[in-house]
Amino acid sequence: MQTAVTILIDGLTYASWLFIVALGLTLVFGVLKILNIAHGSFYALGAYAAASFVGWAAALKWAPAFSIVAMMLAAVVVAVVVAPLTERALLRFFYGRDEVLLVLVTYALFLIMEDVTKLVWGANPYYVSEPYALFGNVSFGRQTWVGYDFALVALAVVIGVAVWWVLNRTRVGKVTLAVIHSAEVASSMGVDVSKVYMGAFSVGIFLAALGGAFTAPMISVQPGVSVGVIIVSFAVVIIGGLGSIQGAAIGALIVGLARSFAVHVAPVAELFSIYVVMAVVLMFRPEGLFQRTQARRI
Amino acid sequence: MTKRTSAGAAAQRSALALAALLAAGGASAQETFKVGIVSFLSGQAAESFGIPAVNGAKALVDAFNKGAAPAPYNKAGFGGMKLEAVYVDENGGATKQVQELKNLYDREKVDAVVGYVGSGDCLAVAPAAEEMKKFLLLYDCGTPRIFEDGKYEYVFRTAAHATMDNVALVRYLKAKNVKAETFNMINQDYAWGQDSKKDFTWSMEKLYPGAKPGEDQLPKFGAGQYGTEISALMAKPADVTHSSLWGGDLQAFVLQAAPRGLFQRTQVVFSAADHVLPGLGEKMPNGVILGARGAYGLMSPKSALNDWWWDLYSKAYGVYPVQAPYRMVQALLGLKLAAEKAMAANGGKKPTHEQLAAALKDLEWESPAGRIRMALGNGHQAVQDTAIGRTRYDAAKKMVVLDDIVRFPADCVNPPPTMKSEDWIKAGFPGAKGCP
Amino acid sequence: MGTPSSVPVPAGVAPGGLFASPGVRHAAAALGAFALLALVGSFAPKWLTFLLTMAAGNGLVSLGIVGLMRGGVVPFGQGMVFAIGGYAAALIYNRLGFTDAIGLALAGGIAAVLIAAPFAPLLSRYRGIFFAMLTLALSMVTYGLLMKLETFGGSDGFNLGRPTLLGQKLPDDRVGFILFLVTVGFAVVMAALARIYFDSTRGLVTLATRENELRVEYLGGSVRQAMAINFVLAAFCGGLGGALVVMALGHIEPTFSFWTTSGEFVFVAILAGWHSVVAVFVASTVLEVVRSFSSSYFPNTWQLALGVFLLLVIRFLPKGIGSLWHRERR
Repeated sequence: MQTAVTILIDGLTYASWLFIVALGLTLVFGVLKILNIAHGSFYALGAYAAASFVGWAAALKWAPAFSIVAMMLAAVVVAVVVAPLTERALLRFFYGRDEVLLVLVTYALFLIMEDVTKLVWGANPYYVSEPYALFGNVSFGRQTWVGYDFALVALAVVIGVAVWWVLNRTRVGKVTLAVIHSAEVASSMGVDVSKVYMGAFSVGIFLAALGGAFTAPMISVQPGVSVGVIIVSFAVVIIGGLGSIQGAAIGALIVGLARSFAVHVAPVAELFSIYVVMAVVLMFRPEGLFQRTQARRI
Repeated sequence: MTKRTSAGAAAQRSALALAALLAAGGASAQETFKVGIVSFLSGQAAESFGIPAVNGAKALVDAFNKGAAPAPYNKAGFGGMKLEAVYVDENGGATKQVQELKNLYDREKVDAVVGYVGSGDCLAVAPAAEEMKKFLLLYDCGTPRIFEDGKYEYVFRTAAHATMDNVALVRYLKAKNVKAETFNMINQDYAWGQDSKKDFTWSMEKLYPGAKPGEDQLPKFGAGQYGTEISALMAKPADVTHSSLWGGDLQAFVLQAAPRGLFQRTQVVFSAADHVLPGLGEKMPNGVILGARGAYGLMSPKSALNDWWWDLYSKAYGVYPVQAPYRMVQALLGLKLAAEKAMAANGGKKPTHEQLAAALKDLEWESPAGRIRMALGNGHQAVQDTAIGRTRYDAAKKMVVLDDIVRFPADCVNPPPTMKSEDWIKAGFPGAKGCP
Repeated sequence: MGTPSSVPVPAGVAPGGLFASPGVRHAAAALGAFALLALVGSFAPKWLTFLLTMAAGNGLVSLGIVGLMRGGVVPFGQGMVFAIGGYAAALIYNRLGFTDAIGLALAGGIAAVLIAAPFAPLLSRYRGIFFAMLTLALSMVTYGLLMKLETFGGSDGFNLGRPTLLGQKLPDDRVGFILFLVTVGFAVVMAALARIYFDSTRGLVTLATRENELRVEYLGGSVRQAMAINFVLAAFCGGLGGALVVMALGHIEPTFSFWTTSGEFVFVAILAGWHSVVAVFVASTVLEVVRSFSSSYFPNTWQLALGVFLLLVIRFLPKGIGSLWHRERR
């Protein structure tokens, strides 16, 4: 019984982390049709920014509770500063080109950002410890979890609901959905498509940076943190279907639970659990579990 | 039309540049001893191993050229010849490293290459250097396979391999009478992690017969999220929990496990963790048993040479040297001695690759970590002492210190020249001498 | 539809003599190129010969990608066939004791075909980003398998010794040059064959598929068959390249199948464009040179240098290097 509950809780906490980290990737693809390999770099940027912001908050002797605000602020600043820069200076030149070409552009961006973050923040590790202890501990039976992990679950739910609500219940969201279905038709209806792209890209970057910012308290922020995240986000997004919010959520849940199960029952298979799920989904539903069927344009 | 001519002009310009480069490579080769230093300048091993080692190398090259090292290393440069270093990033995979190695020897015309943290990289470059008949000095990688599975004339390793890390760890547990009837393990799922856990398990079988292995967690390298693994380790707690985790992964593990009480529930032992102590500081729990892959950092033996090295590094970089820079200093000291020995034998000229190899073979020298002896692999593989200690945060000094340090002489924890590491452990460490 | 002059002239002895037939022209060009490269290789310093060997081997993989790109799909997982070719050659060398360089190269190509062929029908149904993602996923699953399997050396990989050539042992000082000749020889032969294939009926059908699939289907061509065949041919090129690279390096490891390796092959294909076969090898050489020099001059920021170079190329050479000298016939 204890083991089953532990597997569920572990699966849920890991899935929440996956969802927060992978959501931005699926959103950017859904709207801009760009598979952003640099997603991991924006995640890392968010982590570094959070380290800096929380560091300044601590130096200014703010209460530890403010560190959460500092992390949010870090993610916002990254989105507001970096997203327009990237979009205007870089991506704009490549819209309309082959999708796979854009993948290579984002790969180049990933390489560039790796060295730029190293130049700005150096190679030393940064720690963002104040937030981690804010939520105390939660015990169940003989297991203890850090309250922060559950806070992440809450954050994942909030973000998921917020993004869904914005897309489906607000005007901005519906315009975005129209652009997703057909940028041409939306444009001919008077929608400023490049503004929608800009907005969606910024939100995508914000979510990536948010993932990094909120992960920073649990890790040592140093060169190389982006690499592990790229692969795992891709797996989640491929399983769920590129561009689908629900898909990202379900994909994250499946991967989280599969991994949790593997770790508790058969740790030898842990490396494979993610690849196996990905391979199985790809064999039977390569578009992912929630991909909208797309009409082929002649 | 313009595109064609600009392409042609570009080709001409790059050909000129190439020619200039090739010419420049040859001109200054006489006056200086050029050494290529390869380590991680980017990627996941940069912060923990690569950059500290390269920093150490930079400080040393400077000190050597000024003749500032204590005797017997006090000649300026290498026997009076100025030392020049070229740095190459080890990040990018073993394939790239073989190419970079060839570039170093053929294009940069280095007289020696010192490098390589990654075992995969070492295994790839060693045969390449041997094929090219060029002197290669491996300074950091851990796999015993290099000289146990191959024979080399031009390749050397000036640090002991990873077998001694886990053998010493288990001997420490035994020496301190730590209860170890059950043990869990968490290691990264790649060659380093798998070899470490095997060495630990086999050593436990010999020194704690009847000890039962429990959880065997193998998270992906670079995973960074260990919540699930920590739950598993805590659900079935054991007396001892072993890990060979390093770098960012180790720090993430400690940061995530400590608040959950893992370190209270089990005795955690880390085989190579000293490099995270300066950064983690207070966040590192007390009482953790750990090694540094040698008598390094806080466990280094007191000597005039060590004091000099400690000051040199700390003053330059604001932090005391941990294992990576120590392995670099013992490599460069050994190279210096070998070069000077070869120059004494050949009348003061710059040593050839063969002369360097002949000089370094079977050599012994003092380093800040103790005596280094090229005793295995037909005189090509070093053995050295190691030490294991226990962590304690010292509030007054505002840093983690290591108590209960036990030193293990080289012959206690390294296999003899006649046996492979795996066989030696499985046979119960025959010939081990001087064990505390 | 169309005047008699647009009907393709069958290969063979055409009016105009022997050299008017494309097959012979390509063979002569190939021979000439090989002779020139052999001359360059015999005078070049060792590091340059090695760089060109790697460029030729990697270029073979990109050649396969170009074949697929002409059909409008971009495979992002050619690392898989590259790794399979390499591991096959290395395993045959170590376990079976067969050491002939040419034989090992062909074995690598055939092994890659055998393992990739079952996936061809599945993959031929997809286009665009899904095709890329599927191939990427396959290559990462291969990577995971290779990392896990200790019989194949696990994450460290393993070494292989010096190959022989047609029964002869290779002398110490000429190994690099001889492997260079073998690799360049294969590259030149495959380039010529690729050119002939691209100009053949199926090759032209592939090009038409890129423009408009439906119309090709209506005209009676089978798009899926063309795609599947292109995929298998790309697998052969990839496996061949993998085996040749492994012999030059003397080492194989799972990173051969990692997504970054595949990404670099795609980049070379894009840098080359799909018009010219020679461009593929020029592009491969350019990438090797840039990588090599940015490592030397920017040890701390080579990733930045490489990324900037990639962006500049994608931005300013949209049709690839091949467009610099290819003129489209209207």
